Parts: sequence; structure tokens; C-alpha cells
Amino acid sequence: MKITVNVWRQQDAESKGSMVPYVLDEVSEHMSFLEMLDVLNEQLTLEGNDPVAFDSDCREGICGTCGVVINGIPHGPEVTTTCQLHMRTFKDGDVIDIEPWRAGSFPVIKDLVVDRGAFDRIIQAGGYISAPTGSAVEANNIPVPKADADHAFEAATCISCGACVAACPNGSAMLFTAAKITHLGLLPQGQPERDSRVLGMVEQHDAEGFGGCTNIGECTAACPKGIPLDTISRLNRDLLGALSRQTIG
Amino acid sequence: MTSTPNATGDVTPDAPTGASSETETEYHRLGEDIRDTAAPSGPIERRWDDRMFGARLVNPANRRKIKVLVVGTGLAGASAAATLGEAGYQVETFCYQDSPRRAHSIAAQGGINAAKNYRNDGDSIYRLFYDTVKGGDFRARESNVYRLAQVSVNIIDQCVAQGVPFAREYGGLLDNRSFGGVQVSRTFYARGQTGQQLLIGAYQALERQIAAGTVTMNTRHEMLELILVPDAEGVERARGIVVRDMVTGEIESHTADAVVLATGGYGNVFFLSTNAMGSNTTATWRAHKKGAYFANPCYTQIHPTCIPVSGDYQSKLTLMSESLRNDGRIWVPKNKEDAEKDPRDIAEDDRDYYLERIYPSFGNLVPRDIASRAAKYQCDDGKGVGPGGLGVYLDFADAIERLGRPAVEAKYGNLFDMYARITGEDPYERPMRIYPAVHYVMGGLWVDYDLQTNITGLFCAGEANFSDHGANRLGASALMQGLADGYFVLPNTLADYLAGSPFEKIADDHPAVLEARQAVEERLQKMLAINGTRTVDSIHKELGQIMWEYCGMERSEEGLTKAIGLIRELQNEFWTNVKVTGTNEELNQTLERAGRVADFLELGELMCIDALNRRESCGGHFRAESQTEDGEALRHDDEFAYVSAWEHPAEVGGKPILHKEPLEYEYVEMKARSYK
Ligand SMILES: Cc1cc2nc3c(=O)[nH]c(=O)nc-3n(C[C@H](O)[C@H](O)[C@H](O)COP(=O)(O)OP(=O)(O)OC[C@H]3O[C@@H](n4cnc5c(N)ncnc54)[C@H](O)[C@@H]3O)c2cc1C
Ligand code: SF4
Ligand code: FES
Repeated sequence: MKITVNVWRQQDAESKGSMVPYVLDEVSEHMSFLEMLDVLNEQLTLEGNDPVAFDSDCREGICGTCGVVINGIPHGPEVTTTCQLHMRTFKDGDVIDIEPWRAGSFPVIKDLVVDRGAFDRIIQAGGYISAPTGSAVEANNIPVPKADADHAFEAATCISCGACVAACPNGSAMLFTAAKITHLGLLPQGQPERDSRVLGMVEQHDAEGFGGCTNIGECTAACPKGIPLDTISRLNRDLLGALSRQTIG
Repeated sequence: MTSTPNATGDVTPDAPTGASSETETEYHRLGEDIRDTAAPSGPIERRWDDRMFGARLVNPANRRKIKVLVVGTGLAGASAAATLGEAGYQVETFCYQDSPRRAHSIAAQGGINAAKNYRNDGDSIYRLFYDTVKGGDFRARESNVYRLAQVSVNIIDQCVAQGVPFAREYGGLLDNRSFGGVQVSRTFYARGQTGQQLLIGAYQALERQIAAGTVTMNTRHEMLELILVPDAEGVERARGIVVRDMVTGEIESHTADAVVLATGGYGNVFFLSTNAMGSNTTATWRAHKKGAYFANPCYTQIHPTCIPVSGDYQSKLTLMSESLRNDGRIWVPKNKEDAEKDPRDIAEDDRDYYLERIYPSFGNLVPRDIASRAAKYQCDDGKGVGPGGLGVYLDFADAIERLGRPAVEAKYGNLFDMYARITGEDPYERPMRIYPAVHYVMGGLWVDYDLQTNITGLFCAGEANFSDHGANRLGASALMQGLADGYFVLPNTLADYLAGSPFEKIADDHPAVLEARQAVEERLQKMLAINGTRTVDSIHKELGQIMWEYCGMERSEEGLTKAIGLIRELQNEFWTNVKVTGTNEELNQTLERAGRVADFLELGELMCIDALNRRESCGGHFRAESQTEDGEALRHDDEFAYVSAWEHPAEVGGKPILHKEPLEYEYVEMKARSYK
């Protein structure tokens, strides 16, 4: 099929960017979205032009490296990662807009590539359980009710892609932050640092310039891993508890 | 060589007939044998304790004066860096992704082995050791494998303490499953995302150390050279690396007291593999060219249940869990003419369930390499299905009838969804198509028992080294090895080395540093200047086709010789006709790929030379000339029970030098595999 793509081209962080149209004459419906971009890049290279920079690595929907805004929707029209979207979702003659994540805290590096370093820094601020190597007790000495373990696992499946931020009108990273709070907060091992974790992570979240959550829910709708909105309620409960204990303490 | 079946049905090769080896062939020279000088002797169950006790210690107060570079922050690198940081060393880490949490380890699905024996089903450290040595087709070191089995139990404890959400039973205890054809249930898992959860655990431990200031992380930095500096006695030591900042193009040098490479596997030499797009050999290959031996490069694992190629735009292959073979039945049409038909219109009598036919006792559950090769033979025979005739059916119709659709959905639902998403076909209605794909490499940098390469001060961990899997890796054992290396082995053995440090500080303008930087810069400029007519990907694809055809599931003298010639031509094509657009001083993904492909082109040649030298079939290496009458792999223990450790020739265009490390088996008796 014939596809026209309008791609955001931006030489580097300082330059101004713009949308540039390209036409692809032979797109197979079996191609993945990123394979379609590979084909475009081969074409551009042979013409002596600079290929489009975009991030991807696993191309299996698990590493969270890929992610662009497709026709205004982070990761495109299906609830999945960009790398798992296939061209059969589109039809002959379609025009597709492709842009990078738009968020102040994710500056554009080049074309469709953005800097998501803020996510790592939120984790550094408390998104872990302190368990130095060698200090662990026998694993089955810590039984975890299956329901808690399953819920913790679901929250832990966040791939840190950033679609939630790109989808949020406030540019908030609350869903990402809450997924980690939920994962670790549901486990007995995570209890000792529960207060310091939520305080540290939320403070870092705000310091990075991410916006506040006003319960719009666009994040969950765009999340390829279906991280639920109630993780944010859990974060808020933990935060209130921690703040009150901090005041009392 | 002849073989004699023994009472258990296993086949014992006859006594060695004396090794014959030429000192020089057309493709290589023979060097001196090597021995792992760090390996302890004595009872196997005491060796690791003895080694730890014998290791020198570093005073905690001195540790912060000692610096270690860890290149690669997948399971092996992140666990090592976090642990070294906790111990108080100054650690600097590097990865090519934008975050350590995206390393390729994240994609591992199935699980991680550990000899916990929670199921009381007869598992033990000894049994895990035994299974791994046997699974590796007697080409791994006993001492290493035993240690791996020993620390496996600590890994699970460590991961649970960090909050890794492994699957649990209703009572709240950890669940296990059986995996990869073993008879005990020793695999721990987190639904189909075990690698992801383990990596996030290690990543969080690493981020904690970054916050604590013990670790400095450099994301989007690619290592392009190793820096060696001779010490006062003239011993060349690994003292640093040269990296490229992938955002600005800046070339940086970093120096330290020791260097650890944990940069993963090189399966992408085949272009198409289940590895991530960026997985590469550059760090290990650069180290090899600086003197580090590359061991067993030809040992490749090819996984039978991947989604077939759909067109020439294909960029990577997707693995589907091998558990599918528990209930799916594999077949091809008996008649070539039916290959194009809708499979549902092919009558039962016209289907060949070839694995069930050839291997009646194991059927669809034969080991990975056998299942892969059998699929290849069917397709070579013209019976393959789907695009290009490169596929076989994996059919769940019987399972759906026997168990009901809901049961099949509960067990395999996510895999079926993934298949449907990628192929656009509904596997509940129509048999899946599968085909083998490159999945893992057992080869890597040669290391001793301490995980130190033959270059003093250069250590190597995870898939990047060759250490524990011999000629074939068992399912769920790579994650185990990566974490064993990183959490438990390296922190101890590296300490022994670092006890002799801090070494003399290396200035940024030291001649060795300047020379390494200059080499990197010249190489980058050279690639940018060619401005030919071939894209990097087109050359990479061509290399992949050569490797897959001649150094894939079946290798022969004729094919390998041909491949070496073709690869040499392609190397020349690359360096005269590749087109790399843009400049170095920017984010330039074409330039990144070009550098990796240049190294793959050299590694591919060495893989073929290694495969050519090994005139036996073992594990993931099948030589057409070395098979039994009924087509099974035939090892030659008398001639080839050694590790092939390759030294890069000093002179340009010289032949690689083969050093043999003899393998001895004191505990597990060498037997031939039999699955008939
Ligand atoms: C699809 C799939 C499924 C698998 N499933 C299982 C399973 O169920 N069980 C199992 O045990 N094993 C499994 N494996 C194998 C296992 O996942 C890998 O062998 C293992 O995770 C490798 O870990 P690692 O730390 O050695 O390397 P990786 O995780 O690959 O990490 C490599 C690191 O090195 C960095 N790096 C690479 N090159 C450079 C460079 N030049 N400069 C700087 N940094 C660099 C990368 O950025 C990364 O941080 C699977 C593999 C695949 C492909
Ligand atoms: S919460 Fe969802 S959308 Fe946000 S980073 Fe995690 S996986 Fe991506
Ligand atoms: S490339 Fe890994 S999630 Fe898309």
C-alpha cells in the first residue's frame, strides 16, 4: 500500500523542528510500524539524506525504548507499544503524523528521540528496596499472599516508556511513579522504606518538572501495559500517611 | 570413531584414539595449550569456598580509592556494579540504551533455574550441576558449572529480598515449573516476564548505588576501544576504555584499576535473531583485537519456536515460549504440493507429524537443537509452509479438542495474542507457523575460574563470556549465570585482583590513552568518508544470510570454506562501498550500526574458522560430516574435548591462533545423547 508519513524532524535539542512529509510506495501490511520507518530510512540513506532518528531496541514490547506519537496518540491507535503496532492497522493512501513524546521533562534529542533520564532519577529517589547482596534471608521465609504478589507483579510490568506522560495534558508522570510505589508497597519486603520511598519519589517527580495529577485518566488509556489508575490512589494514600507521620515524628 | 550402547540406552564413546592435530591449516595456526590457572582442585563441592578463602581481601577504607569500570548493565553488569558499589568501590558504568533498565536481559521470558528443591522432587546442587554439564554436551568446565549450581540458591534469596515478584502458590510460597526438558521443577518465574522482573531488581539496586554516589552511570555511551597499559614489570593491564557519547559524538577515555565487560551476546551477527536491535560484539571484539582470547565462537543456540520471517523488511525475530511444544503438535504436509494449501484442508493422513514419527519417546519435546534441525530438513525438502517455504505448523487443534478452548487460553493466551498481533492470523482457528531462529551464543571471551580474561585486569561476565554452558545452554540457565557472575562470583574474584591496587594513576594524556582514542577517531572518520552505495543494513543482511546458510543449523567443510570467502569479500565491500550519512558530532544511528557491523564481519569469519576446525557435532554445533547413521550428532571426545580459545593474529591478515584448553571430567561420565 501507499502511505504518506509526516515526520517531526529536529536536528538537535537547540534547533527548531518541523513536520516533513515522505511518501512510501510499497508498504506491506505485515510490516511493523518501525519496519516501515526502517524502509523509509533505507530510502533516505540511498538518496544521501539523513535518516530519521528514532529509538527502539527489543522490538517485542518489553524494553520500553520505543515510543512515538502517531496521529496524536502515544504509541498509536492500538493499545500496545509502537514496535508492536503493525501496518495492517492502516490502509492504502493513509497519511500518518509521527511526532516525539511532547513533554517539558522529556527534551527532544533529535527527531523522534527524547531524553527520559528523569525516570531513572525518580527511581534513584527511593524506587527500590535496600537489600545489599549477601544480606538476604532464605526466600521462602518471606511468604507473600498470592493476591498481593500478583498485584505487585502487575504494577511491576511498567516498561518505563513514558506514554503516560506524553498522553497527560498536565505532563504528569504519576502513573509511572505510582506503579513503582504499588509494586514495592504491596510486598512485605517493601514496608520498612514505604514512607521514605513515596516522599522521595514524589519530591523528585515534582523537581523534574512533571505536572500534577488531576485524575483525567489519559495515562491509563495510553499505557501499553494497562497500569491501572488505582495505583495513583494508592500513591496518594501512602503520601498522606507518610506526610502525617513525618509531621508527628 | 565407533560407539557402544550401554545398559541404560545411553551411548558411551569408545576410548580416545589419540589426538591428531595439524599445527597450521589454511585458516589458522596452532598455539600452545592453555590451562585455567585460577581453578582450584580438591573435592568439587569445596572448590568455590576454597577459592573465596584463598582470595585476598581489600580493606573497606581503601575501597573508595579503587575504581572499576563496568561496561554493560544488563543482568550481569547491573548486579556486579550494584554489589561492588555496596562494597564501597568507585564504580563507573556504561550502556548504549537510554537507561540500564532496557538491557536485552529484559526480554527473557521463561524463567531462572535454582537448585532449591522446594518441590522435594529429587533436585539438588549436584543434579543441577549434572544436568548442565550433560546439557552442554561435555564442553563446559566442571568447576565452573558446580559453582553456578551452588550460588543459584542465593540468587533466588537475593532477588526476593529486592522485591522481585516471582509467581507464588496460594499458600504464599514460591512457585516452580519444569522447563527445558528436565525432569525436576526448578524454574522460578514471573509470568512470561522473568527477565524483566530480574533486571528491574538489579536496576533498582544499581540506581540505589547511583543515588548513594558509589556508582556513576553513563547511558547512551558505547565502548569502542580498550586501553592497555604496561605496569612496572611490563605486564599489560586493562586500565581503561574509550567510549563515544552517542548524543554528542564526543570521544571520551575513562581509566580505572580494572575493567569488567558484561556486554551480552553476539547473536546479531546473523542479522535476524531474537536479540535486541542494538545487541553487538563491539566491546568484546575490540578486547579480542587487543589480545583477549575469544572462546568457542561457533557455539550458537537456535531456538525452534520462533515466528517465521514474513518479508525482506524483517528487522528481528520473535521468540515464543518453548512451553508451546507441551501441547502443540508439529507437522508439515506429506506432499510438497500441499505446502501452499490452507492447512485446515489438508487431511490427517496427508500430514507428517515428523517429530512424533522420528522420536517416538520424546516426540514434540526433543531438545531445541534437534527440533530446529528437523524443521530445517523438512523445509529443505520443500515441505515448508508460509512465506518462502520457511515454516512448519504448530497445531493446537487436538489440544483444544482435548482440553477445551478455555484451558488452552488460560495456559497460552498471551502467546497466542502475541502471535496474532504479529502475523495477523488467529492461532485458535489455524495452526501457528514456526521456524527456528538464533537465540543465544554460548561462545564469548575466554575467562578463567575468576572470570578474568587472559588480559590482566580485564574481566568478563554474563552472555559475553563463554564460561558455563559448554556447547549448548539449558533453558532458564542464562539468567542464572548472569546473576551468579554479577552478584556472587565477580565481587569476590575481582577483590582478589584489586587487593594489589590502587595501581599507578593513568593520566588522560598517557600515550596508551591517546593512541586508543586516536584509533577510535580514525575508524569513525574512515567509515564516514567512504560514501559508497550500499547501506549498512544491506551489508548486515547479506552477512546474516551467509552465516545462516553456512554457519547455522548445519555446517559442513564445503559450506564453511565458501562462507569464509564470501565474508572476506563482504568485508572489502563494507570498507570500500558502505554509505554512512551524517557526521560524528551528532546522534548518528547509522554510524553506530556501521561500527557494529564492521565488527560482526570480522567475528563472523572467526566463527566459521572455529566451526571448520571443530570436525565433530556437539550441542549447538552440528557438522554434517559428523553424524551417526540415523542422522544424530556425533561428538569426538578423543579429539575435541577442549575449549577453543582464539588469539587474534598480531599481523594484519595473519591467521588466528588456536589455543586449546583441555577439558577433563572427574565427576560426570562423558556419554552421548540419545533421544530416540
Ligand atoms: C527472547 C529471549 C528470551 C530469553 N529467555 C531466557 C529465559 O527464559 N531464561 C534464561 O535463562 N535466559 C533467557 N534468555 C537469555 C538471556 O536473556 C541472556 O543471555 C541474558 O539476559 C544476557 O544478560 P547479560 O547481562 O549478559 O547481557 P544483556 O542483558 O544483553 O546486557 C548487555 C549490556 O551491555 C551493554 N552494551 C552492549 N554493548 C555495549 C557497548 N559496545 N558499549 C557499552 N555498552 C554495551 C548494553 O547496553 C547492556 O546494558 C533469553 C534471550 C532472549 C533473546
Ligand atoms: S505506566 Fe504505562 S505508559 Fe507509563 S511508563 Fe509505565 S508502561 Fe509506559
Ligand atoms: S522496542 Fe522495546 S518496547 Fe518497543
